[in-house]
Amino acid sequence: MTDAPILEVADLKVHFPIKTSAIQAMGQKVLHRLQGSRAAVLDDRLLHPRVHAVDGVSFQVGPAEILGLVGESGCGKTTTGRSVLRLLEPTDGKIVFEGEDITHRKEDALRPFRRRMQIVFQDPHAALNPGMTIGQAIMDALLLHETHDLAKAKDATLRVMDEVGLTPAEDLFSKYPVDLSGGQKQRAVLARAIILRPSLLVADEPVAMLDMSIRARILELLLQLRNRYGIAYLFITHDLATAKFVCDRIAIMYLGRIVEMGPTEAIFRDPKHPYTRALLAAIPIPQPGLVRERTLPHGEVPDAIFPPAGCRFHPRCPVALPTCGWEGHDFVEYLDQRRLHPKQAAADEAAIGEAEGWRSDLFEVRRRVHGQDPAAVASYVRSILPQATEAMVKAVVSVEVVEDEVVVRFRNPDPLLPKNVEGRLVECLLY
Amino acid sequence: MNETILEARGLKVHYPTKRGPIHAVDGVDFDLRVGETLGVVGETGCGKSTLGKSILGLLPPRTQVDGSLRFRERELLNLRPAEFRKLRGEEMALIFQDPMTRLDPLMTIRDHFLETIHVHRPDLSKATAIELAAEALRSMGIPRSRLNHYPHEFSGGMRQRIMIAMAVVLKPKLLVADEPTTALDVIVEAQILDILRDLKRAYGMSLILITHNLGIVAEVCDRTIVMYAGKFAELGSVNDVFNTPIHPYTQGLLASTIHLETKELRSIDGLPPSLLSPPSGCRFHPRCTYAKEVCATDEPAMVEYRPGHFAACHFGRDFL
Repeated sequence: MTDAPILEVADLKVHFPIKTSAIQAMGQKVLHRLQGSRAAVLDDRLLHPRVHAVDGVSFQVGPAEILGLVGESGCGKTTTGRSVLRLLEPTDGKIVFEGEDITHRKEDALRPFRRRMQIVFQDPHAALNPGMTIGQAIMDALLLHETHDLAKAKDATLRVMDEVGLTPAEDLFSKYPVDLSGGQKQRAVLARAIILRPSLLVADEPVAMLDMSIRARILELLLQLRNRYGIAYLFITHDLATAKFVCDRIAIMYLGRIVEMGPTEAIFRDPKHPYTRALLAAIPIPQPGLVRERTLPHGEVPDAIFPPAGCRFHPRCPVALPTCGWEGHDFVEYLDQRRLHPKQAAADEAAIGEAEGWRSDLFEVRRRVHGQDPAAVASYVRSILPQATEAMVKAVVSVEVVEDEVVVRFRNPDPLLPKNVEGRLVECLLY
Repeated sequence: MNETILEARGLKVHYPTKRGPIHAVDGVDFDLRVGETLGVVGETGCGKSTLGKSILGLLPPRTQVDGSLRFRERELLNLRPAEFRKLRGEEMALIFQDPMTRLDPLMTIRDHFLETIHVHRPDLSKATAIELAAEALRSMGIPRSRLNHYPHEFSGGMRQRIMIAMAVVLKPKLLVADEPTTALDVIVEAQILDILRDLKRAYGMSLILITHNLGIVAEVCDRTIVMYAGKFAELGSVNDVFNTPIHPYTQGLLASTIHLETKELRSIDGLPPSLLSPPSGCRFHPRCTYAKEVCATDEPAMVEYRPGHFAACHFGRDFL
């Protein structure tokens, strides 16, 4: 086994622009001018909103290694998997496959690499053409890339079908997808992926659609194929238990970033990142009567169009520090939370008006005061602040009156870099 | 505590199709106690959702239903649709898997609530109804300011919380949740399960939780049913079923579940049978490693092997 990695990804970014019409953009500008005094330059984030699906991830996959990309929906794991195969265009960063930089290769220059990198999708029912027999579907890749000799191709196809457990292969060769069960279809998809002997297989939730009683067999098959042919996998899943069983190393993703990456055993024995801990604590365990101490992170994964500043997990993190990236948006969220308590809601509305009036701009949040004394509003804000999350309170630099506006300012976050903690990389200021 | 709220005897649900009837639920008996959470687990196509729909009277027209299903001393199976509608929402309610498809995208959350409340309690004033709605939302952690919002303005987890709030706004006695967290991520799933647990405690509601996830059953349910091919394979307290399973199918299902402590992968050979022509005798026998001749010919009855722990296996005694 050589040490050179099969796949190297450096600072990969994939952003999806959100279409805004010219009129909308102009409207934004006008609105912004009307609302604020200092809006000479409008934030690019507002003018050209983009979904930050993957926002700077780096990793390597060694030969015959299984790296798990694990995270919740919307964390960017699938986008990462597709863009390393250049099925999606990366916005920035570098993808090196078998020593060749393929980041900007044109499609026809990419074709020789295609046979060495394959993908298996989640839904086997959608991955097979219902009008093609199983045999044709598997053989097609071979005819496209390798040989024009039909008899030879059929031989190879039957062999590969045998290997993935599609037996009797002769019978199933001429069957259509509709005649197969979900597990068999996934085997056919796998057969098609490995018939060209790829060195990298991106497996995107390969067992998520299958029933429990058959999942295990497909996972076993994946492991066998790796052992037999030395295929490296990028194994994408939301299921930590499956990842634990299959992967050599695991990268935990959250909102487009890898927050923790290291050997599977180490991560499950002693997770370091608060998000990894939260994920592990949330998994239901089939063992009745087990009492677990857990504090679930509140809320849900935020919008990837305006990801939180600093560490993206900070608004939900149970152990966040004042330096983690507290910003204007968190303050507005806090006011919103207070509205769950009828008494507080009434008091807040009387003193500072509706929650909608606040405009946040990164580390600043401001509100124009109409018909009230701005100083009184500012002092009310100061009085309710201490009941917020302690880390956020400590991150507030000032609450002051600027002309007719009340402005709350937050400190800048500390720079966040992946650090080596006990044999794994962790992106968290606790370390 | 041992008062029964729902009682099923010989319940059968058959869907007529061109190729013959599908025996989705094929003769099952169970009781649901007041304040209890009962799990129904099984794989795709085992009939667990059909069971839930039959309780709520939501089966498609022309479905054949036999046996008896009594809810608070009332026979449900011969209720007219209008009577069932009266019952649903007020005395029993349903939470679906995918909240987005159950909310009307053109209606605000307030209108959804008003509609639900008005159908059952036309006597309530609009202001009172809105108060009820706001209170139900608040208990789910959603401020009343969001009553005027449309479904698309909420995240997946919030939508599911809105659905739960709507289901419980009239404080039903029975809640049926069909895969309530399957479309959600683990952390949100755990949040929703916490909410369901709290609700049960707060209102003393009975809950039927239909899921394929054994972990959820272990965490939330008091007792559970294991279904296989339209029949009950096993029924008992969660402790008994998980720690000392009797039916070979339950054993196989538990062994093949991949969880954090899994050391070795196991699976059950073969595939679940078609409900059009289920196997003779014990429906699990073609996949069962312990099957003997009698299993292919005689249908096993549910036998109480331990107090309150039933299994339908000829050789249940061997697994005690």
